[in-house]
Amino acid sequence: MDKQRRKFLTIAGASVLAGIGAPAIIKLTSSDAVASSGGHEAAAGHGAAPAAAGHGAEAPQGVRLGMVIDMRKMADLPGQLDGAIAACIKTHNIPEFPDTKNEIKWLWKAPFENVFLDHSSYHSSKRVATTPFPALCNHCDDPPCVRACPTKATFRIPQNGIVAMDFHRCIGCRFCMAACPYGARSFNWQDPRPYIKKYNADFPSRMKGVVEKCNFCGERLALGQEPACVEACKGTGAITFGDLNDPKSEVRQVLDSEFTIQRKTNLGTKPSVFYIV
Amino acid sequence: MIEKTLKGKPAYWIWLAFLGMFMAIGAACYLRQYNFGLGMTGMSRDVSWGLYISQFTFLVGVAAGGVMLVLPYYIHDYKEFGRITILGEFLAISAIVMCMLFIMADLGQPMRALNVILHPTPNSMLFYDMCVLCGYLFLNILCGWIILTAERKQVHPPKWIYFFVYLSIPFAVSIHTVTAMLYCGLPGRHFWLSAIIAPRFLASAFAAGPALIILCCIILKRVAGFDAGRKAMNKLVTIIIYAALLNMFFVGLEFFVGYYSNIPGHKFALEYLFFGIEHHGHVYNNLVPFMWAFVILAFGAIGLLASPLAKREDDFFLGVGCAMLFLAFWLDKGIGFVLGGFVPNPLHEIVEYIPTANELGVTAGVWATGFFVLTLLYKIAVGVEHEIE
Repeated sequence: MDKQRRKFLTIAGASVLAGIGAPAIIKLTSSDAVASSGGHEAAAGHGAAPAAAGHGAEAPQGVRLGMVIDMRKMADLPGQLDGAIAACIKTHNIPEFPDTKNEIKWLWKAPFENVFLDHSSYHSSKRVATTPFPALCNHCDDPPCVRACPTKATFRIPQNGIVAMDFHRCIGCRFCMAACPYGARSFNWQDPRPYIKKYNADFPSRMKGVVEKCNFCGERLALGQEPACVEACKGTGAITFGDLNDPKSEVRQVLDSEFTIQRKTNLGTKPSVFYIV
Repeated sequence: MIEKTLKGKPAYWIWLAFLGMFMAIGAACYLRQYNFGLGMTGMSRDVSWGLYISQFTFLVGVAAGGVMLVLPYYIHDYKEFGRITILGEFLAISAIVMCMLFIMADLGQPMRALNVILHPTPNSMLFYDMCVLCGYLFLNILCGWIILTAERKQVHPPKWIYFFVYLSIPFAVSIHTVTAMLYCGLPGRHFWLSAIIAPRFLASAFAAGPALIILCCIILKRVAGFDAGRKAMNKLVTIIIYAALLNMFFVGLEFFVGYYSNIPGHKFALEYLFFGIEHHGHVYNNLVPFMWAFVILAFGAIGLLASPLAKREDDFFLGVGCAMLFLAFWLDKGIGFVLGGFVPNPLHEIVEYIPTANELGVTAGVWATGFFVLTLLYKIAVGVEHEIE
């Protein structure tokens, strides 16, 4: 099982690189991806039909990475969200500014009433009222930020559904920040490098004047690793990560058995992050 | 014709030097911002567009306002506008120059601006905005120049130019419509997510643009002996009053939808803008004085312009009325509309924005550049008029 998951993550990650990198990699990956869907017979069976049928409303075919966050388990171990955030900061060279004005946030904490504006927080249970909720990019299936970007510097990777950024193409117009209904995007108002506490040479730091956000750890997936926040919560089941379109995936098994909610579904963005409250 | 900008009375040179001083300040401030990053401004993660984009939005309207002269003159053959149509076209040119400068000032990576053309993205409204703004700038330069040249030679303008003149009319509408679409197509920003934004933008543009043209005419009459004519002024005032009333009507409709439906998202920004909001024990009301100044100035200006005072020979009340109206709609669109849209942020937190001194310096510099360009263009237009006489 674990080996299979590792293989899946590698494929999902390699397709991240394919989205950003050289055409040679794309070729390599697409053949890999075909091989992988051969592994799951059910998925391969689905694969043929949609090409003719065109766009489905929700649940399009192919790999769509997503996440389920179990707030019951988050509440059981209050420190683990902080651990996940710290891991995210360390992995991605996220600068830590002393003020909120310059703040760069990929994964952060906020109260339920702020994260779930569409859900009533009137007399919510004590656990919901007191447990901080993680907020991050929802890697929407229909992302408004991608629609708004005038340079395709932010784009949805068709092979795995990750909404990614090209920091070198971004012109810093911040249209995506106005467009994102989840407040998931941050802008480098100044050179972030002096505020990076511990530099991780495996991931690039950013320059001033570009937007950034959570990338579902595409660079780690390419190496067969799990996203940093998922790894930080390993063993507790607080965060489950995987392919939402694969009925056999762990994340789908959680979704099939639990009632989950998503943020601002009425906006039609089709978020890929689910919460068990 | 450019040589006309090189000769002028001392007052002309003093005015240019005055503007040049602000341009220099703006350039110095921009250099600081360029080196440090946009952190030099008051913008933040939560209010990610500030004075630059709001000025841009307002000035697109000023540019589009020129069409209120072009349309009656060329489509309805309203001859009284013959002398001042060129002023509308030249105002559009300088307003678009300001728009482009504000966009450049707002970019985090201005050296990459051409990515918009290198990687054209037809699903982004910003791409279309670039297309229509460049198009409208080109059309106004072309039409203004060809027609003024013909006028100077006292011949009829070539027939082909009318194609571009007529084309510039839908373009004027499109620049402000597309600018409105930058805002009103964003999910999750309730204040902007309203189909009335584009009509409202156009209405305020058709009031603010001509108001500035009247102000320019009054000034040109005093300093350059250029008389636009009483009849033309009165007709412009009528256009301004109707457009201004429409804008106020549209603002009122926003209030109705927000407050009668009682949907918090639709109400919140209006409440913040006009009454201030208490949130977690803190009162946020930075923009309240600006918004009430907008309402009072707008209705005051409409009343003044509609009264017989505005038709007096000395133009004093006409000038005051137009200045009040221009200021009112600047407060509405150049301050309130853009900044109000960011309150609350997507997580329902409130962050207020206060521009920094450096940011104000850049803003003043861009405005000064626009008026510098406008002065030069009007010098040419008035010079040609005098030459014919």
